[in-house]
Amino acid sequence: QSLCVHLNYPLYIRSVPTQGELKFHYTVHTSLDVVEEKISGVGKALADQRELYLGLLYPTEDYKVYGYVTNSKVKFVIVVDSSNTSLRDNEIRSMFRKLHNSFTDVMCNPFYNPGDPIQSKAFDSIVSTMMVQAC
Amino acid sequence: MAAAQAGLPVRLESVAGELPLPVFVGITNELEMRYPNHPSTNESQPHILGSLTGSAPHPPADRPVLRHPDTSMDKQEAWSPPRSPGISPPCSPSAYRSYPYGAQRNGTDTLLAYDGKVPGRPSVPQENSSPSHYSLKLQSEQPVITRGASVERLVERAEIDYSDEPWRITEEQREYYTNQFRSLQPDLNALIMGTVAKNFFTKSKLPIPELSHIWELSDVDKDGALTFPEFCTAFHLIVARKNGYPLPETLPATLRPGFVEPGVVTVPPSEATEPLIVFDDNMMPGANQLEMGSVDLQMTSRPGVTAKQDRREESRKPEFSPKRIPDPHEKPIQRVSTLKPDSPQELDANMKSRTRPRSYSSTSMDDAMKKVEEPPTPPPRPQKTHSRASSLDLNKLFQQSGQGSRPSQHSLSAKSGWLPPPPALPPRPPATQIFSFLPSSEKSSQKAVQQPNFADFSKFREEQESSVRGGLSTEDLVPPKSDSTLRHQGHAPQKPVRRKLHPESQSATPPSATPYSAATLTKSTQRPPPKQKREIQMAIRKNRETNAVLTRLNSELQQQLKVVHRERVTLESQLELLRPVAST
Repeated sequence: QSLCVHLNYPLYIRSVPTQGELKFHYTVHTSLDVVEEKISGVGKALADQRELYLGLLYPTEDYKVYGYVTNSKVKFVIVVDSSNTSLRDNEIRSMFRKLHNSFTDVMCNPFYNPGDPIQSKAFDSIVSTMMVQAC
Repeated sequence: MAAAQAGLPVRLESVAGELPLPVFVGITNELEMRYPNHPSTNESQPHILGSLTGSAPHPPADRPVLRHPDTSMDKQEAWSPPRSPGISPPCSPSAYRSYPYGAQRNGTDTLLAYDGKVPGRPSVPQENSSPSHYSLKLQSEQPVITRGASVERLVERAEIDYSDEPWRITEEQREYYTNQFRSLQPDLNALIMGTVAKNFFTKSKLPIPELSHIWELSDVDKDGALTFPEFCTAFHLIVARKNGYPLPETLPATLRPGFVEPGVVTVPPSEATEPLIVFDDNMMPGANQLEMGSVDLQMTSRPGVTAKQDRREESRKPEFSPKRIPDPHEKPIQRVSTLKPDSPQELDANMKSRTRPRSYSSTSMDDAMKKVEEPPTPPPRPQKTHSRASSLDLNKLFQQSGQGSRPSQHSLSAKSGWLPPPPALPPRPPATQIFSFLPSSEKSSQKAVQQPNFADFSKFREEQESSVRGGLSTEDLVPPKSDSTLRHQGHAPQKPVRRKLHPESQSATPPSATPYSAATLTKSTQRPPPKQKREIQMAIRKNRETNAVLTRLNSELQQQLKVVHRERVTLESQLELLRPVAST
């Protein structure tokens, strides 16, 4: 399970137990294409913040990728194992909401320049907590 | 005694070395002095030598006992003593010493002396406070003080203020933070914008990630701006970090904004206010905020702090004069009281703004600016509004709306267009009147110096400015008047918007407004250039709104005219019809 905050380049990536980080990176990058496709296609639903992307990629990998785009084109990507069927759509949505809130908190910090890798400890802790909960 | 003795040699040395140095030398460095004083009297001496000459007297000031011989010096170096008092926490001198601070202070010679001073500390802080006040006054004379230096010094000073718990803010520290806050934002109830706070804290030379972490800890409402408690927290964390304390992962209980130290917000004695004011003046040499206003604010800020508690006061303007009278304190305090009504209102506005979600930051600046305008000129406003009202009906409207909702003035809503004109004008005349209230002649001198600087800013009509400047310059000559000019200056930066409106609205009513506008102009001119833009924009906006209103009014009147005309035509035709009948 991993999570990534993207602005077309990774601002933040975090993975939980599985060590296939590189694979996650790759997965996240490919999913970005899908995300872009989705947000560019939507002309009127621009205000639609939440985007749920489900069932991505290789069936063999058997994991799902969820996407979420903020109004400032910052993308959140969550990759979860399909074996973890306990995760429901609502849970994913709440995770994204929490992520978004933490992200805005980070943004509020005047010492944080948008585009910098996120180094906020509070953000890290929130993400870790979330991922632990999900597992 | 031992401490005193230990300090005495140090002091004497410093005194001897620095005695020749004029007290005012340190004016520019007052801030520096203040800070260094704080950490240690002994330390201040070498420090002072390095930075300011004033520091030397400071250590002596710290020692009450030693003060006697150094009385003369103290007076001169009054500023240095303020440093120490501000720094040395009266509440926990001994505990203070036990801190590893001593270790941290290794850099300073005073460290050793410091330890020696422990026994004598308790008495020292108290005594120091009085000299510090005195010195603060002197410091006020210094128009410009590098904020960066002050920040660093502040950190040093703040170090000493630590009480038993490193995460508890002592009263002195809080005073210090209050001054710093005021230097950034005259209104204690307002918020400091993120960028402003960032620039300020960056001067502390801490690494950015740490500052970022500190911000995360202290900005509890996550609005991108710092309230006064948040600011104190952040400042305190910075100070702690500079002293070597590792940053906590979570905010300690004592640093939470809701934590209220007993007696922290108490109004300081009048003498304290004076020095504080001076202090602030020094601190904000280049501050965008109203420098002059800060002086006033400081005085008022003290009361403003209490005002916070009193928050329930309402219409500032109306209460302004009545408030002044009841004020038992000296005039500066009176002015403060006038500000009090403002502060509660502004506090309310601030609270409202604060509760707003993250979208606050953009507006808070304007609010802060407007709020800033409020505090300094509460007393003048009521009077001004009256004068304004007579000049222009619209002004009355504004006044009414403005008085009714002071906070709204600050709001960026369209209403602001209405509000600004009335309040802006009234304050001006009163401001001049307020000079007399300003007690400090020192300030006047400062102001005199500052005024020329402000005069350089050409925000508003040049002619007005020049006239104001001329008027102000004359006032500067007179010490009491200089105070007023300061006020104007202070008001000016605080009310950039107002001034803008006034100059523009004044075009409609030039005569009466001219003197006031001039004052405001000067004030506006004093505003730092960065603010000018904002003020100009705000003024433009207000003017536009006013124009829109007037246009609407005009169109309505035109319509009415048409209707009446039609009626007239109808009546005439009827008359014509009847006339032949009558004639026949």
